[in-house]
Amino acid sequence: MDIQAYKTTTKLETFSYLPEMTTEQVKKQIAYMIRQGWNPGVEHTEIDNMMGAYWYMWKLPMFGEQSIDAVMAELESCRRENPEHLIRVVGYDNYAQCQGLAFVVYRGR
Amino acid sequence: MAAKKYNAGVKEYRHTYWTPEYTPLDTDLLACFKIVPQPGVDREEAAAAVAAESSTGTWTTVWTDLLTDMDYYKGRSYRIEDVPGDDTAFYAFIAYPIDLFESGSVVNVFTSLVGNVFGFKAVRSLRLEDVRFPIAFVKTCGGPPVGIQVERDMLNKYGRPLLGCTIKPKLGLSAKNYGRAVYECLRGGLDFTKDDENVNSQPFMNWKHRFDFVMEAIHKAEAETGERKGHYLNVTAPCSEEMMRRAEYAKEIGAPIVMHDYITGGFSANTALANFCRENGILLHIHRAMHAVLDRNPHHGIHFRVLTKILRLSGGDQLHTGTVVGKLEGDRAATLGWIDLLRESFIPEDRSRGLFFDQDWGSMPGAFAVASGGIHVWHMPALVNIFGDDSVLQFGGGTLGHPWGNAAGAAANRVALEACIQARNEGREVEKEGKDILTGAAKHSPELRIAMETWKEIKFEFDTVDKLDVVNR
Repeated sequence: MDIQAYKTTTKLETFSYLPEMTTEQVKKQIAYMIRQGWNPGVEHTEIDNMMGAYWYMWKLPMFGEQSIDAVMAELESCRRENPEHLIRVVGYDNYAQCQGLAFVVYRGR
Repeated sequence: MAAKKYNAGVKEYRHTYWTPEYTPLDTDLLACFKIVPQPGVDREEAAAAVAAESSTGTWTTVWTDLLTDMDYYKGRSYRIEDVPGDDTAFYAFIAYPIDLFESGSVVNVFTSLVGNVFGFKAVRSLRLEDVRFPIAFVKTCGGPPVGIQVERDMLNKYGRPLLGCTIKPKLGLSAKNYGRAVYECLRGGLDFTKDDENVNSQPFMNWKHRFDFVMEAIHKAEAETGERKGHYLNVTAPCSEEMMRRAEYAKEIGAPIVMHDYITGGFSANTALANFCRENGILLHIHRAMHAVLDRNPHHGIHFRVLTKILRLSGGDQLHTGTVVGKLEGDRAATLGWIDLLRESFIPEDRSRGLFFDQDWGSMPGAFAVASGGIHVWHMPALVNIFGDDSVLQFGGGTLGHPWGNAAGAAANRVALEACIQARNEGREVEKEGKDILTGAAKHSPELRIAMETWKEIKFEFDTVDKLDVVNR
């Protein structure tokens, strides 16, 4: 195959080099966070603040939440209210005092 | 207690330094040596001799011994064990009282433990297999300047290994061309690029020119991708003043990370640089040139798990640990052992991974394990499995050698990595299903497809020279 030019585009850290995930795929990642004992949380931001450390928290992290559907429901209500925003799901690992996983579920408009 | 009388002359070491009844204290520094004694020297005498020569002893009794409390200060050999599968050698366990060592000084520890004793005639060969640093000593050392968690927060990268690449050719590029190679890698999807260890400040590329062009490359790649990027600026220099000057300049231009070769550069310089990085919030990447001179011979030298512990105490946020699967030496179980020593806070004794002692690091931060050397996209499933998230996977040739150039090579690696992480999180067996996972991901990434076609034949299947003793039979 002939050499092709690589065009840079805006990315969003973990999993942003893969196609946007289907609902089923997102659920599997949330299931992984819960299996690890992490606390799921939803965060969103305007595109301008994409690289900022702090995005808006959607309510509070869902401490101890075991239901994947409950997390999906919060993602959905966040999106209804902020259709233009980037929205990510975060797994807070309180032992490591760090995020165990975070990735953008809705890449905005 | 009756005072001792002075008797000049030579005593057998065992009278003073072989103490099988001794129970080590929590504050003792413990060491395990593998000893091959000279013919005619029995195990107890050889072990006692090593304890003596690496602590308070000398070849003859001296009257000044009686001016101090030798029973408090002496090192003691307290246990001897067979080496599985090797009748020529045995393990000697030695306890050293903590007051033999200066606080916070790995230099001082090494000067005793691997000092004159390694040239000592009564032993044919000697290897320092492991050291248990007591928590009381650990607390006096600075350790990693930033640590794994804060590094992730600074870089905004979660739930996956980081990706890097050493810029090649390692020698000879001009600063501007070098910066171009950096920019291409970063814009394609790598988190880091790296100066080769040999790149310091040569006639073809002055260090300051390199730093300036590389920073422009980082800024441009960050602006285009919206992701945080870095390049390990190698500040290893002819003298520590010059090293600090380069580190100061890196700080001035806003470099997020610098790099040092901690063995060739020296432990004292490394500790100074780590202190500087800690004070200024700069990450420190550590290369390990010369380690194989010390750690590859199974009968003589210093095992890499000890060099790993020394680095964690001296300070570094990322350390090269070998790849297991690539072009450089490294047994899988043993590598997993020292990766844990680098990253975890408490690592229990586990002989099947070559760990001779429990090691408690307390609150000392951990460092990322760096896998670098001869790896490409086909290795990604195995690397993800072996190294887990807290690692930096460095594809040099595996990025720069892509037929479409660095940016496409970088994108291929990033896609492969993320596909493997996604699959792992979904509960798939990444190593077993590696081919399916990569092939699936390549459907959306022509860059990955080309990379898979380019490197599918290459393997490095040579046997390891230094195996764990349990499998050495």
